[in-house]
Amino acid sequence: MNAVELDHVSFTYSRNMPGAVPALDDVSLSVKSGGITGLIGHTGSGKSTLVQLLNGLLKPDSGTVLLDGHDIWAEPKKIREIRFKAGLVMQYPEYQLFAETVAEDIAFGPKNMGIGGEELDARVKEAARFAGIGEELLGKSPFDLSGGQKRRAALAGVIAMNPKILILDEPAAGLDPAGRRDILGGVKRFSRESGTTVIIVSHSMEDMAMYCDDVIVMARAKILMHRPTAEVFSEAEQLASVGLDVPLVTRVAAALGELGVDIGRDVYTVDYAVGKILEHIGAAPVNFENVKDAAGKNGTGAAGKAGAEH
Amino acid sequence: MRSDITFGQYVEGDSLIHRLDPRVKILISLVFIVVIFLARSLTAFVLLTAAAVVFVLMTKIPPRLILKAMKPLMFIIVFTAVINIFFMPGDHLIFEFHFIRIYREGIVNACLIVLRIMLLIVATSVFLTYTTTPLALTDALEQLLNPLKKLRVPVHEFSMMMTIALRFIPTLIDETRKIINAQTARGADFTTGSLIQRGRALIPILIPLFISAFRRADELATAMECRCYTGGEGRTRMNSLKSEPKDWAFFCLILALGAGVVLLNRFFPLLNVTI
Amino acid sequence: MNPIIKAENLTFSYPGDEETGPVRALDGVSFEIPEGSFTAILGHNGSGKSTLAKLLCMVNFPDSGRLWVAGREITAEDAAEEDILAARRDVGMVFQNPDNQIVATIVEEDVAFGCENLGLPPAEIRRRVDEALADVGMTEFARRQTYNLSGGQKQRVAIAGTIAMDRRCVIFDESTAMLDPVGRREVMEIIERLNRKEGVTVLLITHHMNEAALADRILVMNGGKIYLEGTPEEVFGRPEAMWAAGLDVPQTTELAYKLQKACLDVPLTLFDPASCAKAVADAVTRAKAGAGKEARR
Repeated sequence: MNAVELDHVSFTYSRNMPGAVPALDDVSLSVKSGGITGLIGHTGSGKSTLVQLLNGLLKPDSGTVLLDGHDIWAEPKKIREIRFKAGLVMQYPEYQLFAETVAEDIAFGPKNMGIGGEELDARVKEAARFAGIGEELLGKSPFDLSGGQKRRAALAGVIAMNPKILILDEPAAGLDPAGRRDILGGVKRFSRESGTTVIIVSHSMEDMAMYCDDVIVMARAKILMHRPTAEVFSEAEQLASVGLDVPLVTRVAAALGELGVDIGRDVYTVDYAVGKILEHIGAAPVNFENVKDAAGKNGTGAAGKAGAEH
Repeated sequence: MRSDITFGQYVEGDSLIHRLDPRVKILISLVFIVVIFLARSLTAFVLLTAAAVVFVLMTKIPPRLILKAMKPLMFIIVFTAVINIFFMPGDHLIFEFHFIRIYREGIVNACLIVLRIMLLIVATSVFLTYTTTPLALTDALEQLLNPLKKLRVPVHEFSMMMTIALRFIPTLIDETRKIINAQTARGADFTTGSLIQRGRALIPILIPLFISAFRRADELATAMECRCYTGGEGRTRMNSLKSEPKDWAFFCLILALGAGVVLLNRFFPLLNVTI
Repeated sequence: MNPIIKAENLTFSYPGDEETGPVRALDGVSFEIPEGSFTAILGHNGSGKSTLAKLLCMVNFPDSGRLWVAGREITAEDAAEEDILAARRDVGMVFQNPDNQIVATIVEEDVAFGCENLGLPPAEIRRRVDEALADVGMTEFARRQTYNLSGGQKQRVAIAGTIAMDRRCVIFDESTAMLDPVGRREVMEIIERLNRKEGVTVLLITHHMNEAALADRILVMNGGKIYLEGTPEEVFGRPEAMWAAGLDVPQTTELAYKLQKACLDVPLTLFDPASCAKAVADAVTRAKAGAGKEARR
């Protein structure tokens, strides 16, 4: 079952202007239910346009966008319902917070859907939990949160609408490594536990490698490839040709192959590389799950008092 | 996605009029406006209209745009015409119906006054709005008003405010669009409901927009301070405006036009306009 | 050589709200930035690095401790106006959000803004602006509107503005955080050239490990203090400490660290993939030889 399907979709901004170039040129694609799909491409490759088409913020010039098998523009008057199904977290979503408390802000989407009472409370709490917003923060003003917390509160606001698919445009932009792990880890947990299809738009190959099951690469208004993550990263030259980098560890693996230590070209995470190298010499595998977070937790004694940056 | 926003109504071009010193252009517009008001006789109007047509042709601005500039003032044009046609007394009655009396003088007057308003619009759009960027206008005004600084008028501050406003208008339009998109994606509805409901629906847009505008203002102030900005005192400009002989030649042309108008009024009076 | 920036035991607190009371953001920070050096300040969000940046651009002033910028003491708010102004002539800042530091609508007029504030003669400004635009590769954009530029181009315009003012030191406060990889690369290349070729002192505040790896020296901030200090090799050579501070290390270091845990001897501080691969291959060969010997025995 495909959560999302695009069938020969094209879109051009200000179509009537002379010299307008299509932002999306005859794109077809399908995204399976339940997984995390990465969408990568340099600025201007058409990925932001694609995201806005999925959510019905833009209407295709030609072709159809299918959500759960239904054409989202079949009944243009019901497009608002589509927006509840395809939850979109925009870039720097912390700038859309407006309510007096975090809880009220998270409740904005579900309220617009006509949800109230106990269900609303339950949804707000659950969304906050997925996004890593502690209950003690719910009564605070969103403007008193730290940058990373604001970002996660905005994410909770979209999760609370219980979307069928969750689309995130650069969710980790501008965050430090721990902040990236917090928000992307939360998204992954949410996807696994609720079975929601997630699409993450990102510039960061490392993040794609860590969190995505498959990756769509866009270039010049078209889809260059859409394959499982490992296969995409084994195409280093093709990625480089459209201005994208592979992770450092993939380049190490390629260099190792040339030195006669062949651990495959589909290496894109450090842990996988370590496993492959150990396998190569016939040593027992070592489990490094959460070594970074564990170190982080040991260190929170000192870091916890750091206070807010304004 | 970046939007293309034209600042003011500036039409890009490289004509002689485009390249005139903006300060001289402001002076030229002022003189030209006075000249237009001096015109009394039909002969003078013909001269001015011919001049205006030549100026428009020189700038290569499509006449369609000039007509567009008249649109917002259509009401005033029609209103003055009607007033003149119906309420201007004269000697040559050409139409009478109960209390309505229309005289030849009224029709002539109406035509010439409409022509005068149209000439005023052409003058300001050809010399100012269509051929001068708002930034150049701001700079020119600051320099023209410089003597007022002695009277403690904060000329520099006003001009800096204008410059920054021009710089941030597109940024804030973009920002507004993003916030509207974000809240629309959360199911906000701005198009249905009563007026009060629609007003309330704006809150999720206005609050983030204000907060962002204040944050931007704060950051910009810091950035300007870090670039040694301390106000207008002791500040120089890279592009200090320089007027060249061609600027003053053009200015003299307009003066000559004025002289022509006065002479035509005096020696070739034809269908003179009153007021 | 005299340091261009010297901080001695700086502390700074934000007022905070009623519950928490004042929030201490800087807690006794001391360091020196030698003239001509390239220093990176790393730290997670909330580590105190942005607060430090605000003290260095003299928008905020320390609660206690002493701060010298370009040889002038700027410790308290009542520091002489001319000292602050003189310090700003020598030390410039490029901020995070490219949109909020560009003043003019036209590229070259924005680059000229700082020089105009210094009261330089127009011809001199023109010369410096043209040179600065060439330095950052933006000459062809001189008459364009700043609004239509990409993020990376806007940051290059901002850098040109400080180059034109002929400053001895430029502080980059997360200047690449909002850029895409292409923009980030463009800006980092210019920053490196500014330091290596023009001899301008660079202080780079960032949370990108690979950017910090380009510096001569790294200060790691955590909990309002300087937490680690040293060359990139020294700092990234302690991955556990970096992870504990909510930061990361280059993937080559992480790989080496994990291989070390699995008893393969690979040095932690080979940041370039080729040399890292070489070290891994050597370690693999040794391990195989060892295993072979054991088998033969």
